[in-house]
Amino acid sequence: MHFLVLSGLLFSFGIFAILTRRNAIMVLMGVELVLNAANINFVAFSRYVSTSLDGHVVAIFVIILAAAEAAIALAIILNIYQNFNTVNVDEINQLKD
Amino acid sequence: MDLYTIIFYFFAVITLGSACIVVFSRNIVRAAFALLFAFFGVAGIYIFLLADFIAVTQLLIYVGGIMVLILFGVMLTSHQINVDAKTGVIQTLPAILIAACIGAGLVWVFWITDWKANSQLPIVETTALKIGELLLTKYLLPFEIASMILLVALIGAAMIARREKKV
Repeated sequence: MHFLVLSGLLFSFGIFAILTRRNAIMVLMGVELVLNAANINFVAFSRYVSTSLDGHVVAIFVIILAAAEAAIALAIILNIYQNFNTVNVDEINQLKD
Repeated sequence: MDLYTIIFYFFAVITLGSACIVVFSRNIVRAAFALLFAFFGVAGIYIFLLADFIAVTQLLIYVGGIMVLILFGVMLTSHQINVDAKTGVIQTLPAILIAACIGAGLVWVFWITDWKANSQLPIVETTALKIGELLLTKYLLPFEIASMILLVALIGAAMIARREKKV
């Protein structure tokens, strides 16, 4: 149950990072925190409540998807930086340059 | 206070402290390295949950792959490293309220539910064999779709981040 509380706190930290940060890469870091919190939750349930290893398999899929999403997000951020010369999410407000 | 609890709180403090630095620091490079420590802390927590394969996978992929990508992104896109201040107080206050409500709600629900947990230690064995069996029998379709997603992500990211030749 301590693991669940830890994952809940980590999740709220990640949400705060997503909501507050101005740099797009900091928002990506917040998303990674949220995904890790959910992963801890899955593995904790698989250890304490379930008898099979389903939570581990779901955690592996979450890690895979987080890697793919981080790669694409960084590619997009690099492209935005080449076009707008800033990665401030408040200033990227034009749909075509 | 046995050794198990002490080491668990040590890893929990590492994880939550690094998350605090990630969220509240003004220097983006410091926040990136604090995220690295947070991933190490989470890998330690996985070891506590008897998830050895997940812990090693987390270290390999998160620390060795995603952190390197994020550091690449940080170094390539910030010509002024110290400028990432949070926005003004008007926008921070609802964010604090929302995050605190979500955190408090989650922690409250986790605290008062009777989870019917079996907390005696099961037979400690390596999980890699069982995860492999599950991946190839019960979770075969998500496995194949995940490999397709990785292929699409690879091609997409390479195509997006290409330097356009300005004609």
